[in-house]
Amino acid sequence: MSAGHRRLDIEESGDVTIAKFVDKKILDEGNIQIIGNQLFALVEDEGRSKIVLDFSNVEYLSSAALGKLITMDKKVKAAKGKLRLCTVRPDIYEVFAITKLNKLFDMRDNLEQALEGM
Amino acid sequence: MSSTEEFDVTIPSDTAKGREVQEQIVGGMESRGYAPRDVFGVRLALEEALVNAIKHGNKMDPDKVVNVKWEIDEVHVRVVIEDQGEGFTVCDVPDPTDEENLDKPGGRGIMLMRSFMSVVEYNESGNRLTLEKRTDVESDDD
Repeated sequence: MSAGHRRLDIEESGDVTIAKFVDKKILDEGNIQIIGNQLFALVEDEGRSKIVLDFSNVEYLSSAALGKLITMDKKVKAAKGKLRLCTVRPDIYEVFAITKLNKLFDMRDNLEQALEGM
Repeated sequence: MSSTEEFDVTIPSDTAKGREVQEQIVGGMESRGYAPRDVFGVRLALEEALVNAIKHGNKMDPDKVVNVKWEIDEVHVRVVIEDQGEGFTVCDVPDPTDEENLDKPGGRGIMLMRSFMSVVEYNESGNRLTLEKRTDVESDDD
């Protein structure tokens, strides 16, 4: 049952955790809640501190999803870890740029660049 | 040149219903050949606007409804969303891009609507929002 609700694909590269969003659209409130909980668990329950969020599947996301990403950033910083975002489509990047969140987040063009020097 | 089509839909305070209306409006844009970037922007603006009306306006009250009226043709789509909440003062919403607010949630929905739409107007009491996207606007007035 719970596997059906998995909204992140998790992979590891050395000591870095790569969390790839499964959904094309991160809009639904319930979905965003689950994604948030799964993200926060990476830091709080599993003690992971180097995390790359891979957006290659994501075509839409709302401001509610941005809120979760901001909270995630705070949690990773509190754990003295590193959080990077990668493979964000131009449309979605514009959403980050408009809200100036591209200044808050460390955003990289692709996964390879995101893993560099992590 | 086809004529403007008009729609009038009233939905309960349920974001899933809001999304159905969103799909109808966006579907109308796609079938009229709007550019993907315009479709993206309108979808995003509608998502923010409908969630605001249902969650912040009607506070998910099952006894309250949201009325959505829209008109669409090849060059413009205009959507009026009215909830039965108490409304709010737009100026009271903090600027999310201020350095001190950057890491706080809130205020980004309205900012995204303003950025992607040609017109974003609230009525005085703040419970009715007009969103319009025009693809035929020129940078100069008239």
